[in-house]
Amino acid sequence: MSTYSQRNQPLVQALNHALGGRIVSMTEYRGQLTVEIGHEHWLDSAWLLRDEPDLAFEQLIDLCGVDYLGFGDDEWETAEATSQGFSRAADALGPGRFSWAERPEAADIPNRFAVVVHLLSLGHNRRLRLRCFLPDNELPVIHSLIEVWNSVNWYEREAFDLFGIVFEGHPDLRRILTDYGFIGHPFRKDFPLIGNVTVRYDEDKGRVVYEPVEIEPRVTVARVVRRDSRYIDQKLEGGEQ
Amino acid sequence: MSEIRNFTMNFGPQHPAAHGVLRLILEMDGEVVERADPHIGLLHRATEKLAESKPYNHSIGYMDRLDYVSMMCNEHAYVRAIEQLLGIEPPERAQYIRTMFDEVTRILNHLMWIGSNALDLGAMAVFLYAFRERENLMDAYEAVSGTRMHATYYRPGGVYRDLPDEMPKVAESPWRKGKDLDRMNQWREGSLLDFLEAFADDFFNRVDDYETLLTDNRIWKQRTVGIGAVSPDRAVQLGFTGPMLRGSGVEWDLRKKQPYARYREMDFDIPVGSNGDCYDRYLVRIEEMRQSASMIKQCIAWLRDNPGPVMIRNFKVAPPTREEMKDDMEALIHHFKLFTEGYCVPEGETYAAVEAPKGEFGCYLVSDGANKPFRVHLRAPGYAHLSAMQEMAKGHMLADIPALIATQDIVFGEIDR
Repeated sequence: MSTYSQRNQPLVQALNHALGGRIVSMTEYRGQLTVEIGHEHWLDSAWLLRDEPDLAFEQLIDLCGVDYLGFGDDEWETAEATSQGFSRAADALGPGRFSWAERPEAADIPNRFAVVVHLLSLGHNRRLRLRCFLPDNELPVIHSLIEVWNSVNWYEREAFDLFGIVFEGHPDLRRILTDYGFIGHPFRKDFPLIGNVTVRYDEDKGRVVYEPVEIEPRVTVARVVRRDSRYIDQKLEGGEQ
Repeated sequence: MSEIRNFTMNFGPQHPAAHGVLRLILEMDGEVVERADPHIGLLHRATEKLAESKPYNHSIGYMDRLDYVSMMCNEHAYVRAIEQLLGIEPPERAQYIRTMFDEVTRILNHLMWIGSNALDLGAMAVFLYAFRERENLMDAYEAVSGTRMHATYYRPGGVYRDLPDEMPKVAESPWRKGKDLDRMNQWREGSLLDFLEAFADDFFNRVDDYETLLTDNRIWKQRTVGIGAVSPDRAVQLGFTGPMLRGSGVEWDLRKKQPYARYREMDFDIPVGSNGDCYDRYLVRIEEMRQSASMIKQCIAWLRDNPGPVMIRNFKVAPPTREEMKDDMEALIHHFKLFTEGYCVPEGETYAAVEAPKGEFGCYLVSDGANKPFRVHLRAPGYAHLSAMQEMAKGHMLADIPALIATQDIVFGEIDR
């Protein structure tokens, strides 16, 4: 059980009172409260968060998907550097370090996809972060919040486009940021940074053609994880709400 | 009798009033818009995914390129998110510099907005005046960071360097000489602070000029009053922030309500509209420019009296000076590690928001303890605003569409990311 700062105490109480068993976990980090909601209670929790006077989160600021594949992995597990430098020696795991043919298998990790929502209460001047892990990695589905907060419309379309998260009840779940006819969900961790296709104008055919990418993915700075005790338990002063 | 059907038309992506690459599919019933479906993503660069593949500091420059008319405010959100995760706080002088340049940026943005908005609605002159003032502020950007737009000036732990003591002068050329040159250089005799103070003092008159041209202008009012009215409840529900929200009469400004940097010490007012139409949003932004100029002057007064460091002394995050590297082995090693590998940010997540000129610009940052972010999500104010286009445009005339795009202050760099 984590402890909460003085400022967040009233909010924690109100949340516990209103949501009760719908809360899977509640954590505070750097003064910001994160509540994990059970997948099946996503929609009714949203209604409560908006309409309970003690919570009154009138505004949905942001919604985004997160792909937790490879969380905490580094690329520095290499025995020797080659003559071509460490970039060839480093294990290419991070985004964009692999071509499509040798992309890492999406290992069957539990809770791969999550939806993260940032709420704002103008009346109470408070923020809250909600997270919901999606049970099915193959077809991540969650209920749409569009009835509760209309502003979520495009954010859900974006999460669908970039992560392939399906929002049940969304009236218009089309791709939004990627090209017409795009294949794949580019922000998934097993999608290469360099993409799969390049586009160029073909003079002979007189039209734009799609071709497989030719460029080689390259590691400039390897991804490393160093646990540094100096950063732990430093309290941040300032006006963050 | 022949069948009458609605007419579907493309607005953009090459339309000059589309403010970039907006493709708007309009379903028209005669001259009246029945349905507006914005197609975005033509400028999508996957900034968030690019940021995942690079050390933290490498992505600061990408932030400039999001909302490319309010560059430093984007940097501010990103840098603040990193600082929160690291648990560091920049020195006070750096925070004042950030506050000042946030306000410089706000003026830059609003000048761009007022110029293009007026141009879209047929008032050519304002655009030219606004760009004259923008040029001076761009010079301030250049003096402090070396570039006119994509500054990469804010860094985790402070700002890249202190304000210059000398403002660069305009050089003589066949096109700029004599009295013309003297006029351009008269503010540039002293330091950057002198220059900005001269600018801020003069700027109130310039805002009055814009108001003379527009505020009581009959055509301007016909094009903006009652257009795109949004009620306060709907504005909140649709995720509006910034001047879009304040124009609808909701008094909400992160600089006041959740102050960051040194906004707590600033004396300023939040202008709010009452009708929530394009005209009210125009008035809000005009007043914001005056408030910004006044805040710049407050920051200048403090910065003149309080010299000091502008970057924390923590070699894990900020590079050591050149002199230290020549003397101190530790400093040299730190410099090497910082520039080859970067710094590892402890595992955790945070959301940092700033009141960017267009609204709340937020950065959601997830770290798994590596030297690169695990996930970056950028909350762009224009994204929420543009998603409300359908609701705002329905029932308006085709000619009002440019007014609506302009009043939302759309910039595609931040919307498409």
